[in-house]
Amino acid sequence: MSAAARTQLLRDSAPAGRERPVAGAAIPASDRNGLAVSIRGLEKHYGERQVLRGLSLDIARGSFVAIVGRSGCGKSTLLRIVAGLEQADGGRLEIGAASSCPACEDRPEVRLMFQDARLLPWKSVIDNVRLGLPRSALPAARDALRDVGLEDRAKDWPAALSGGQRQRVALARALVHRPQLLLLDEPLGALDALTRIEMHALIERLWREHGFTALLVTHDVQEAVALADRVVVIEDGAIGLDQALGLARPRARGSQEFAALEDRVLTRVLQQHGADPGALASPAEQIDALRQEGVRWVI
Amino acid sequence: MSASRLPYQSWHRLGANTLPWLLPLLILGAWEYAARSGLLSTRVLPEPWAVVKAAWHLVQTGEMWANLKVSAGRAFAGLAIGGGLGLLLGLLTGLFVPAQVALDTTLQMLRNIPPLAMIPLVILWFGIDEGAKLFLVALGVFFPLYLNTFHGIRTVDRNLIEMARSYGLSGWRLYRDVILPGALPSILVGLRFSLGLMWVLLIVAETISSSSGIGYMTMNAREFLQTDVVLVGILLYALLGKIADVAAKGLERVCLRWHPSYT
Ligand SMILES: Nc1ncnc2c1ncn2[C@@H]1O[C@H](COP(=O)(O)OP(=O)(O)OP(=O)(O)O)[C@@H](O)[C@H]1O
Ligand SMILES: [Mg+2]
Repeated sequence: MSAAARTQLLRDSAPAGRERPVAGAAIPASDRNGLAVSIRGLEKHYGERQVLRGLSLDIARGSFVAIVGRSGCGKSTLLRIVAGLEQADGGRLEIGAASSCPACEDRPEVRLMFQDARLLPWKSVIDNVRLGLPRSALPAARDALRDVGLEDRAKDWPAALSGGQRQRVALARALVHRPQLLLLDEPLGALDALTRIEMHALIERLWREHGFTALLVTHDVQEAVALADRVVVIEDGAIGLDQALGLARPRARGSQEFAALEDRVLTRVLQQHGADPGALASPAEQIDALRQEGVRWVI
Repeated sequence: MSASRLPYQSWHRLGANTLPWLLPLLILGAWEYAARSGLLSTRVLPEPWAVVKAAWHLVQTGEMWANLKVSAGRAFAGLAIGGGLGLLLGLLTGLFVPAQVALDTTLQMLRNIPPLAMIPLVILWFGIDEGAKLFLVALGVFFPLYLNTFHGIRTVDRNLIEMARSYGLSGWRLYRDVILPGALPSILVGLRFSLGLMWVLLIVAETISSSSGIGYMTMNAREFLQTDVVLVGILLYALLGKIADVAAKGLERVCLRWHPSYT
């Protein structure tokens, strides 16, 4: 355990009767760094189909990890298990074992952001953001809305928002809870390229400011390389490639390093396609073919 | 350029506003002419003006108001009983699986019986007094509300429920904030169906037998060959139906403000 973590634990065992913040909103971000996640030999099947086969993954607290992989390889399943929405059939999942957060030892704050925003259409934007929270959380909800740049839409119905705005509201809804681990399941999948790039900047800024651990599932390799510290490829229900990205932030998408990493990850993912009968010959050829058509790196 | 098009546009709008009324006015004119010239016997149809006069007379004697009150009272009492029960049972079977298992099959079988087919039985059970009319109306409005409430609750977006649960909503708060609002559009559709059926059943019930109400008024007038009063009765039913429909639409607009198709 690090020295900083130990001191925080010591502080936590201060005399009883100390005022302890109830809602996460009152705790400054610096005190609530992200949670570490440790996954060992995770198994999951639906009926006959085995989706996860002994998947192991360690995520350092406060880091940003992107998960890519073919459609149907179990990315959402993994995220839903980590979020507690689904039960694993085997293996071990530990969230926050190495955490030293003083105010949250009872329940780690894990939030999942879905591909569709899942806003309640009959609640105003601000009421969606403070869903499940008491009236006293209203200022915190306003702050979260301001964080995503939508404070002037607080009273609108979700139906009046654009797709990107809805995702920003969903992001704000997760942020009010001061998540220590934010799981993002293709949150930008339905957005246009320009809005995505704006959202990338927003998510990166919020990640830096709030200090949560981020786990992002995406189909877009460029998105993964733009945002993450580490890109993980899931193949056959386990981790295939684990690529650390040493790129400095903010990242220049055009840079050579960036392109090289993007190619590397993409090649790996496409190799699996190559294994399919009837697929194109070699991954490199496929990339070239895509390049010539001017297609962006979307798997 | 846009300025020069304005007069045309305003003419256009004027035309769009008046054109739909042209045909009804023509028919009314032809009817009045036919009645006055004797082409149309007053036993078949009285002249429109006579209908207006009859209506005015009924207003002045207080008959119209008294009968209107009785009919509307029957309709809404039947709606409250049958619709309330339908809503309640729909909520019950929609929310609780044991209730669904126990009740739904039976109710789905019963719904195949047209309410009007029950008339002989209803007369045997209740005679021809108030009970029979209330029962018929209640029976008719029960099923649209029951079916739509049940269906509405069952088709609330599972993803939204999952999301709300993950944000800590459960029990009563989950029902209040997610399930009931999600089912509301469907429930209101059921209400509008019920309102339509409510008037049909009331008219039938009142026409068969009654000693008050609009149905009584028209049947009574029929015996004395007062076609103008009969027509007043028919128009009153139409008016009541329209009012109920407008009220239901208003309710939808208020309750479903958030819904893009109701703004
Ligand atoms: N509730 C379920 N019941 C049965 N099978 C399921 C269920 N959820 C997922 N699966 C199966 O598990 C596999 C993995 O699904 P998952 O949603 O995790 O894929 P994914 O990697 O997120 O794909 P995508 O990129 O298309 O979202 C799929 O083959 C899917 O058919
Ligand atoms: Mg998925």
